[in-house]
Amino acid sequence: MIKPLSRDQIAMRVAQDVPDGAYVNLGIGLPTLVANYVPSDREVIYHSENGILGMGPAPPKGSEDPDLINASKQYVTLLPGGCYFRHDDAFVMIRGGHIDLALLGAMQVAANGDLANWSTDNEKIPPGVGGAMDLAAGAKQVWILMEHVGRDGRPKILERCTFPLTAPAVVQRIYSSLAVIDVTPEGLLVREMVEALAFDELQEKTGARLRLANDWRPIAIAS
Amino acid sequence: MLDKRVKSVAEAVAGIRDGATVLIGGFGNAGIPVELIHAVIDHGARELTVVSNNAGSGRTDLAALLAMGRVRKIVCSYPKTSGSVAFEELYAAGRIELELVPQGTLTERIRAGGAGIGAFYTPTAVGTMLAQGKEVRRLNGHDYVLEMPIKGDFALIQAKRADRWGNLVYHASARNFGPVMASAATVTAVQAGEIVELGALDPEAIVTPGIYVHRVVCVPNPQQAGQP
Repeated sequence: MIKPLSRDQIAMRVAQDVPDGAYVNLGIGLPTLVANYVPSDREVIYHSENGILGMGPAPPKGSEDPDLINASKQYVTLLPGGCYFRHDDAFVMIRGGHIDLALLGAMQVAANGDLANWSTDNEKIPPGVGGAMDLAAGAKQVWILMEHVGRDGRPKILERCTFPLTAPAVVQRIYSSLAVIDVTPEGLLVREMVEALAFDELQEKTGARLRLANDWRPIAIAS
Repeated sequence: MLDKRVKSVAEAVAGIRDGATVLIGGFGNAGIPVELIHAVIDHGARELTVVSNNAGSGRTDLAALLAMGRVRKIVCSYPKTSGSVAFEELYAAGRIELELVPQGTLTERIRAGGAGIGAFYTPTAVGTMLAQGKEVRRLNGHDYVLEMPIKGDFALIQAKRADRWGNLVYHASARNFGPVMASAATVTAVQAGEIVELGALDPEAIVTPGIYVHRVVCVPNPQQAGQP
């Protein structure tokens, strides 16, 4: 029986790979969960594009500061050593290549690392790009967290994105609900799969050709 | 004597014309100059171009200005947020023009406007829909998109504390667009929670030097933005 990872489990798996001492930006939605699971022996400095470095967890109920929010507009706190800065400085950090790692959600990712995560083809919904294009273009590493297939069952990993691009050829790694996949010059390389999933089944749910790494292993979630 | 203090929010936004470009600080509901926006509503200016990161939420402040049909065009990075009903209604009805700008490009365009830069090349949006129709140039082996500066006739800013020279400090992430927008407008109007004596602000910690600020009004207990 194949059990896809839950959203929290995807976040847990990514958290194991976030390096100690890294400056990390968490995109809206699923990526914000990663902060809950980074091992306590690692010091990770979270950047928020509204002008915060050293962002801490949500405050206890009753002590929220409406002026202290993250990019998802949720209440957060500031850790000792954290600081505030101008919005344009937040993007000097992003665009200037000072952010080690951007963890982003995606609507589609292509085999060459193209990312589409800001607009569908539905013209009735107003598009919102936020800082996604800047993060995709500027962060040293871009990792994607997402469900392996869409709610309609269609693949989100494709040979070519059909939705408007956020940036071309920027994704290094995909953490999906079924697999951990590296984007390499030779195409998509599966490093890990969930228990009991056969490679052929994974390929069937993917719109781009996959290769299985010789040293692939089952996804392990520390509990 | 240099004294930028004004007695009312109406005085702070006086002279704003129909068709003006207004830079409005804030990110989400933090740092929104709620009382200054309501002063613009009361003033009656129409056909405005608003430059702001989001497009308002709830039914107050920016959302109220939009809902009253005062805004012809909004320039922002993320119009659709939780509770952005006023904007969504106008957008669905085709009654507002949207210029969608990547957030870092938006803030840098405003910075360029304040800094006297004619235009700049940025890597953001290369190879995407938002670069269509713009010059792309290859520099040092990378592609960049040419972007134009943004200047405002007015900037509306919320600060924590000010002095009569217009020096400003902010509170937490409410700082956001305040400093960059302050530098890019003909008239920068600030609502400050408190106005202190000259010299009372730590010169090492002043975030916005008063040279960018033209009018300061004291609003001791500002309303929270984005109310229903």
